[in-house]
Amino acid sequence: MSAEVMVKAGLFDCRDAFAATLEAMAAEDPRIAVVVNDSVNSTKTKNFRARFPERFVNVGIAEQNMVGVGTGLANGGMIPFVCGASCFLTARAMEQVKVDLGYGRNNVKLCGMSSGMAYGELGATHHSIEDLAWTRAIPNLTVIVPVDPIETRAALRWARDFDGPVFVRLSRLPVPELLAADYVFQPGRVVTMREGTDVTVIANGVMVVRALEAAEKLAQQGISARVLNASSMAPFDREAVVRAAKETRGIVTVEEASIYGGLGGAVAEILALEHPARMKILGVPGVFAPTGSAEFLLEHFGLTANGIETAAKELLSGMAMG
Amino acid sequence: MVHHAKVGHPGGDLSAADVLVTLYLAVMRLRPTEPGWPERDRFVMSKGHCSASFYATLAEARFIPKDWLGTFMDPLSKLNGHPDKNKVPGVEANTGALGHGLPIAVGCALAARMQGASWRTFVLTGDGELQEGSNWEAAMTAANYDLDNLVLIVDRNRIQQGDFTEKTIRMDPLPEKWQAFGWKVVEVDGHDYDALQRVLAGAPLEPGKPTCVIANTVKGRGVSFMENQPSWHHGVPTDAQLAAAREELLGSGQ
Repeated sequence: MSAEVMVKAGLFDCRDAFAATLEAMAAEDPRIAVVVNDSVNSTKTKNFRARFPERFVNVGIAEQNMVGVGTGLANGGMIPFVCGASCFLTARAMEQVKVDLGYGRNNVKLCGMSSGMAYGELGATHHSIEDLAWTRAIPNLTVIVPVDPIETRAALRWARDFDGPVFVRLSRLPVPELLAADYVFQPGRVVTMREGTDVTVIANGVMVVRALEAAEKLAQQGISARVLNASSMAPFDREAVVRAAKETRGIVTVEEASIYGGLGGAVAEILALEHPARMKILGVPGVFAPTGSAEFLLEHFGLTANGIETAAKELLSGMAMG
Repeated sequence: MVHHAKVGHPGGDLSAADVLVTLYLAVMRLRPTEPGWPERDRFVMSKGHCSASFYATLAEARFIPKDWLGTFMDPLSKLNGHPDKNKVPGVEANTGALGHGLPIAVGCALAARMQGASWRTFVLTGDGELQEGSNWEAAMTAANYDLDNLVLIVDRNRIQQGDFTEKTIRMDPLPEKWQAFGWKVVEVDGHDYDALQRVLAGAPLEPGKPTCVIANTVKGRGVSFMENQPSWHHGVPTDAQLAAAREELLGSGQ
């Protein structure tokens, strides 16, 4: 199915799959609890609160406390899903994420909502483009960026069954269903979305559908692009990166995040040490975004199918000239 | 231990010691041979820098062998300068960054509530530590959720790293602050075992309210040259000072 066909089949806000999965898991397992920072609406947990009020904790606007409370719930045998806008959850509570979750290896599931630049015109205070760099640097913390509603469900179920801290980075930007209904999340593994032999595009989250659209445009021009979904940011699939470097002529990374320390950084670290290769890193280039809607900002920073297509062609033509 | 490691926080160790001993040897329901017993009372040592007296208490309560104490802060020792729950049985939370313990303890108390369990949660903070805002976030949560299965003990030794608390950032009136946040507050002599045991064993002191025990203590308690001296927040005794301190704490006859 082409990316265009998939988009026509329907677009989804992954928060709906997130909320439905939390409720389904809570109905199955009395250990599931939810902690929010007044973010009942933006995390879509109103229904959870109505169905499981005794397992729903609203700490108010207090992110450090929210992550600490999650840690204590885990100590007491619960499986807490600590949910808030990714910008505040990660930045405000980063020391709790480092010490209570990573260092303490506590069984807490952080759910960062509306990450990247989903909040658009609300501005840089509400953008969460540093969260991948911050969380990826913390030992023991699994970092997942689901690509669609199916992977959102799969990642949450995996997180429930995994005994350790997890950060799930979710968006609110609409995406199509890209994975098979029976998909099972595997940490440390990329998902090959499309095979290709000329160039590899490694993307995650809302950028994957754009990468698939770019691959179709490239195919029409005789360029075969491999597309990898790097939903597991930590641990990272080193083998897939090295394989891509060996089997294709260059790698383009695309993330709705800063180009420093995130997906591009992860891939560059692997390439530099294990198999140096040409690459381009697409993302937010070390600036705070100007005012504009999420779609405007993605366009502004070239985080579109056209932007990815252009980057891939530049990479390949640079090599030809090189 | 601090003399051995050549680094540590002896002043706070000594102000907190009597609270720790009372909790572990006279108040909490624990199974030292089964540190993860789900029904155990929880204790969160929020002032993780006072790990020497915490480890000594864990050894006395038989969670860890006493011979571990001689390895305090040695290379690759399980006894880090601040406690690591993944290395030391009986430690509930990795602390050392201040202001983490009370939020964690609130989560523990909520977990007990969700499960209808009867175990209680105790947490010990420093007084200077209360300058971290996360404590007051947690204070509001505890009161809002009526967590009367939670007991906070504040080691009110009135000294922090740089100076006296009241010369740094004024903490008083501390009892009134906690009352205003919706807690039941009681002040005790933090070196009076009987008074501590009575209060800690008796909590909650008011149904529906979390308990705040302000333990008035003396930093460096029991060692005359350390008592009430901000310089002994950090500090390593010399050989002669160690001998003098032993003499004062243990008495010449022991």
